[in-house]
Amino acid sequence: MANIKVDGQLVEVPDYYTLMQAAEAAGAEIPRFCYHERLSVAGNCRMCLVEVKGGPPKPQASCAMSVKDLRPGPNGEPPEMFTNSPMVKKAREGVMEFLLINHPLDCPICDQGGECDLQDQAMAYGVDKNRFAENKRAVEDKYIGPLVKTSMNRCIHCTRCVRFTTEVAGIAEMGLLGRGEDAEITTYLEKALTSELQGNVIDLCPVGALTSKPYAFHARPWELVKTESIDVMDAVGSNIRVDSRGREVMRILPRINEAINEEWISDKTRFVWDGLKNQRLDRPYVRKGGKLQQTGWDEALATVAARVKKAGSKVGAIAGDLAAVEEMFALKALLASIGSGMTDVRPAMSGIDPSMPRSAYLFNPTIAGIEQADAILIIGTNPRKEASLVNARIRKTWRAKGLPIAVIGERADLTYDYAYLGEGFETLADLAAGKGEFAAVLANAKNPLIIVGEGAVSHATLGKQAGRDTIALAAKLATGANVAEGWNGFALLHNAASRVGGLDIGFVPHDGGVCSADQIALAGKGELDVLFLLGADEYDMSAMGKAFVVYIGSHGDKGAHRADVILPAATYTEKSGTYVNTEGRVQVTTRAVFPPGEAKEDWAIIRALSGAMGMPLPFNSLTQLRGAIYAEFPHLARIDQIAAGSVADVVKLAKAGIKTKSAPYGSAVAEFYLSNPIARASATMGECAATAAGLRQAAE
Amino acid sequence: MRAVQFVNTLLLKEFVSTFFLAMRYFFAPKPTINYPFEKGHVSPRFRGEHALRRYPNGEERCIACKLCEAICPAQAITIEAGPRQNDGTRRTVRYDIDMVKCIYCGFCQEACPVDAIVEGPNFEFATETREELYFSKEKLLANGDRWEREIAANISADSPYR
Repeated sequence: MANIKVDGQLVEVPDYYTLMQAAEAAGAEIPRFCYHERLSVAGNCRMCLVEVKGGPPKPQASCAMSVKDLRPGPNGEPPEMFTNSPMVKKAREGVMEFLLINHPLDCPICDQGGECDLQDQAMAYGVDKNRFAENKRAVEDKYIGPLVKTSMNRCIHCTRCVRFTTEVAGIAEMGLLGRGEDAEITTYLEKALTSELQGNVIDLCPVGALTSKPYAFHARPWELVKTESIDVMDAVGSNIRVDSRGREVMRILPRINEAINEEWISDKTRFVWDGLKNQRLDRPYVRKGGKLQQTGWDEALATVAARVKKAGSKVGAIAGDLAAVEEMFALKALLASIGSGMTDVRPAMSGIDPSMPRSAYLFNPTIAGIEQADAILIIGTNPRKEASLVNARIRKTWRAKGLPIAVIGERADLTYDYAYLGEGFETLADLAAGKGEFAAVLANAKNPLIIVGEGAVSHATLGKQAGRDTIALAAKLATGANVAEGWNGFALLHNAASRVGGLDIGFVPHDGGVCSADQIALAGKGELDVLFLLGADEYDMSAMGKAFVVYIGSHGDKGAHRADVILPAATYTEKSGTYVNTEGRVQVTTRAVFPPGEAKEDWAIIRALSGAMGMPLPFNSLTQLRGAIYAEFPHLARIDQIAAGSVADVVKLAKAGIKTKSAPYGSAVAEFYLSNPIARASATMGECAATAAGLRQAAE
Repeated sequence: MRAVQFVNTLLLKEFVSTFFLAMRYFFAPKPTINYPFEKGHVSPRFRGEHALRRYPNGEERCIACKLCEAICPAQAITIEAGPRQNDGTRRTVRYDIDMVKCIYCGFCQEACPVDAIVEGPNFEFATETREELYFSKEKLLANGDRWEREIAANISADSPYR
């Protein structure tokens, strides 16, 4: 610890603290452009200058000088720093004047206007006169992809974007060329950035040089209503802020949550909002004479009620990737009331058995816990696509400690070095048997992290037994002899937001029900009369035979095309829904806008349907429904907390007998940008997918 | 007192003075103007009907910064913006002023960084229906085209005082 006086106030801080951190500890605010907590220190904007006593007699960049760089006084007085002395003010005014020399005066047409660091700080430190009579420099705008718009005249060369892409995103595709007035941020070859985290440079850019292309010019920050919510594009459950104007979602920004997404979000989360407006189902449809025809709620519900009553208990339900706990609970209760246990939230051929304990399907070490791991094995998943922020966390850990990482399954660029072991089950079996170098690494590891993806447990080509055996072997590797007490290294990485919530409330086959693949097979054979698709689109729609398909969902996707009745529902920005992320953390979305047209919240549709069937479910409001859920599953009431799975259960899992000999692993997400109905309806996501596939060359 | 009153009454003093007052006004120049055919003086700072101006080359001035929308105390202005189709520059897709809500405070023209929205000298825009007072972007630009000469003259007349 070291003592330092900040503006005359004595504070004690760790001696590795920078002057800026010490000032913050003392409550003094220091302006900055280039410094960012999660990036390396560059010290090139010079905005954070302070005066120090006990160091060089000139203004010092407080982000780059640490407390221990300062000497105590002759009698041992603590060193001093001043953040608001006349010297500091003059220095910062000078820096600001230099920054503004080449910065264009185009705030009125700049999308950053109103939320711009330079604008704010120019109010505090700017001088109102311009002494620069020469021409301002002009820099050509660059093409860096379909998501980020550049306006390079505005750039102040803080290099946050360069540091972010190199350090966090792990793509060395941006750089600063030239010096002095010729300095330019560029991607060298006018190529689109290939990172799935590139949207974060928009938030990082302290000026309007990098702005959002899809959002360009559409709204001003002061006219947006901000709603704090949760993302459902993947199972990570990133914390987001939904900015809406009137009935439209205008943009999505990250919220800081150190335990999940830090302050980044993936591009799919950020740019999917235009999919919320396209292809929406805004009124009920009933198929008449082979054609879907618009109708009212009464007729649609009566049609479904009549069919369900006729079907008796031959009714199935499959929940899709975006379903919240509330509607799954309501649908399960509805099916239970007619004596059917045919519910499933898992993809076809899942190795996750309903009998397995909770820790078998959770990311037990938690996302923040990745940083404690000392060896990581990734099985059958491409975390970069399936959970970009988990991948970012692995990369962060890898950069900090250089821990050994190995991959079984698909070979992909994960932005960090790893040992590639093999592509299928047999490699995992060998590893579990102690063969190979990495087996020794895992055996010696105190905190081994075994990440199992859905490509290894729930893949259509894999079969259930292989998935179950993969879980058992992974559990065995995660519970070696040297594992530290209290560490649970078994981590199942889901890729759909609905999955863990559905598994938690038992939206799986029960009381004689069968799994999703078998439900579809039964429907094909004519043994299942009515099939509910709760936003489920990722299944084989052609195999459902003559079954009466009821689609409850928000978008006109595959499921809606096959449906006999469409009941229009709300998306995650239009309802308050509980989601449980892959760690088992319970989070709740908030309604930002209302559903379009006659669409209703999903649980309300199911409740109305039960009323039309004459056997109303015992809840009339969301509060009552939540009450019923919390009574049965108390852990879901603890918002933002994890009900941890037990290590003993994982040890038990590891003892299961292995029957599989060989099976190849696949990737569960084939197309990152088009993995769910909302993303498929988004023009931006379509453009990203085309760019990623190389179909679209640099347009400008 | 009564004697003075008696004389005044006898000589019809009040009658006569009133007669002369009436005659003075009768021959004096008339302040009344023959309104639609004659018009009174309008100050260059007069805040009348709104107009959206163009640059001399025909390009619309408005850049959709939305400052007028933000400052409008009556919330009479509604703007939707986006990149323009042909060149991608920032333009309004929609620029509506609800002239029924407008209180003619002139804040919009004060806020405008490019002198696009102005309150012109026109005050004769009464309509028969309420709907006609919901001005669209086309209407405002047409106003600008019609009144550009007067607006430009007013702005230059007022410029020494800004």
